[in-house]
Amino acid sequence: MIRSTHLPLLITIATFLLAYTLCAWQYPSMLSTRVLANLLTDNAFLGIAAVGMTFVILSGGIDLSIGSVIAFTGVFLAVILRDTSIHPLLAFALILAITISFGASMGAMIHYLEMPPFIVTLAGMFLARGAAYVLSTDSVPITHEFYDTLQSLYWKAPGGGRFRLTGMIMLLTFAAGIIAAHRTRFGQNVYALGGGLQTARLMGVPLAKTTIGIYATSGGLAGLAGIVFSLYTSAGYSLATVGVELDAIAAVVIGGTLLTGGTGFVAGTFFGILIMGLIQTFIVFDGTLSSWWTKIVIGGLLFGFILLQKGLTWATTLRRKPAPEFAAQS
Amino acid sequence: MKHHINTTLRRIAPQLVILAGVLLLNFLVFPDFFRIEFQHGRLFGNLIDVLNRGAPTALLCIGMTLVIATKGIDLSVGAAMAIAGAVAAALVVDGHSWQVALLGALCAGAVCGAWNGVLVAVLRIQPIVATLVLMVAGRGIAQLVTEGTILTFLNPGLIHLGAGTVAGIPTPILIWLGLGLAVTAIVRKTALGMLIEAIGINESSSRLAGINSRVLIISVYLISGFCAALAGVIVAADIKGADANNAGLWLELDAILAVVIGGNSLLGGRFSIIASLLGALIIQSVNSVILLSGMPPELNLVIKALIIIAILVIQSPTVKHALYILRASADPIPPGSIKEAKESPQ
Repeated sequence: MIRSTHLPLLITIATFLLAYTLCAWQYPSMLSTRVLANLLTDNAFLGIAAVGMTFVILSGGIDLSIGSVIAFTGVFLAVILRDTSIHPLLAFALILAITISFGASMGAMIHYLEMPPFIVTLAGMFLARGAAYVLSTDSVPITHEFYDTLQSLYWKAPGGGRFRLTGMIMLLTFAAGIIAAHRTRFGQNVYALGGGLQTARLMGVPLAKTTIGIYATSGGLAGLAGIVFSLYTSAGYSLATVGVELDAIAAVVIGGTLLTGGTGFVAGTFFGILIMGLIQTFIVFDGTLSSWWTKIVIGGLLFGFILLQKGLTWATTLRRKPAPEFAAQS
Repeated sequence: MKHHINTTLRRIAPQLVILAGVLLLNFLVFPDFFRIEFQHGRLFGNLIDVLNRGAPTALLCIGMTLVIATKGIDLSVGAAMAIAGAVAAALVVDGHSWQVALLGALCAGAVCGAWNGVLVAVLRIQPIVATLVLMVAGRGIAQLVTEGTILTFLNPGLIHLGAGTVAGIPTPILIWLGLGLAVTAIVRKTALGMLIEAIGINESSSRLAGINSRVLIISVYLISGFCAALAGVIVAADIKGADANNAGLWLELDAILAVVIGGNSLLGGRFSIIASLLGALIIQSVNSVILLSGMPPELNLVIKALIIIAILVIQSPTVKHALYILRASADPIPPGSIKEAKESPQ
């Protein structure tokens, strides 16, 4: 039997398959491994950031800072590799430490100051973007042989598709995210927090540790997304990735995660990313449609999935409670 | 009446002090800051610039204050500005008069607001999510209207709204001051303001008390869309063109920041439009300090972030509670503690 909590995930997967079939029906060449590989490579940084966003939204919060953190990471790496001679791996470790502690301090502010995550991460967004501007306002190219080595790593599939390292990192992140969400204590605490702060406290969930952990995860994954983005573009630019947080939120919602928290799947986010990537690919294939249709279609999909979630929540409360009038209002 | 003015003054005192401080900083880095001249039939001066440049944020924060008072938030105002600017530009380019263009833009803003309002009040979607839809799709719609280009226009009537003057005062200043006063008068001279606060404090009980929360919530989002449309027209008129990608970009965050600096709680309830408008002026004055002092403008965002963090710490229930206990233990019968307890949100 299909449980209603699985239904949004199944609908997301069905939407993806339907959309892909429609695309392939119109343009048969979209079935090639080349398109699939590019879908993964082009959306790698967004996917990694969206995993972190999934945890945040599952806990009932929101993180508006990730786009700025990705840009800051790119600029930081570009500047540090230009001005010093340290190895990129050391720089990666350094930036991950910075972004994780950045996320953790936002989590601490949200928990200890009892402020809404929305406004705290808004401050974080300004801070990270401002820090990126202060480091450099120009686009700084990254020229390091280690970067070339990383960029040349790929597995060539039959049909000419190149599955690059960045796409693999995204898949690994999703795998780790799925395990963390469903098979660890931390994951269960995240779901409990999203189910209700008061209930979670009464159940003995360590609120401070979990909240800080969630935002540290989101910050760290945004840092990893920034590293992947810098591999993708070979440059650091403080104006890059404006609004990525919105794309990530959209992917999470299209992936069937309830924005009120408590219900959803990391795997759903993966299909959310693929659907959004598919829309872009279709527009590129079509050639006559303008790029702004991407925004409109994603907005429409967002609306559709929010309505679906509302309908499902309403249907379940209707079944459980005899007085739907009051249940719908709460 | 005098009592009423006293309460208002006490409410906006912190904002006035901060604004005075920031203006003083402006004066210190640029001694000519307060000089205002009358040349070529209009007022010139840095102070006028602050009032003029702050117009979009000030307009947005009028609607945003009401939305936040109902425990909501409107993320789509920047996108609504882009749509309204695009509609106005498209109409004058098609040869319509500026009155038609303004009316069209205001209607577009009202439609955006009504859409958000229906999602929040009728479909009962969380405000952040409901307005996110338009925030994502809105710029796409604006680009659909401008067909992907920056639509430029030379209609003098429309340009006058953004760059013209009335009796020597730049039009945007008059527009935001006028709208701010009008909305304040409407919500404070009638029971509307109180009803909006009641919804923000507890929607279920306000509904049980007989308040038609559905209509009121739709109206506050409608007002927010209307304010955004006016701001969008001013921004488009100022640059004589509608830029669907950049018009009002991130202004929703500035508007929310202005409301927060105005001392309004993001959790809904009591609100003051005047304090929010002062908040908008504070943001603009900070921008002006950074520009006049010759600091790199890149620092702007960092300073804004630090301001938000400082306000968060001051407004936080935990810190307020700690301060209260500290004051109570220092003085057995603290004269200020009763007032303090009244001011802190429930």
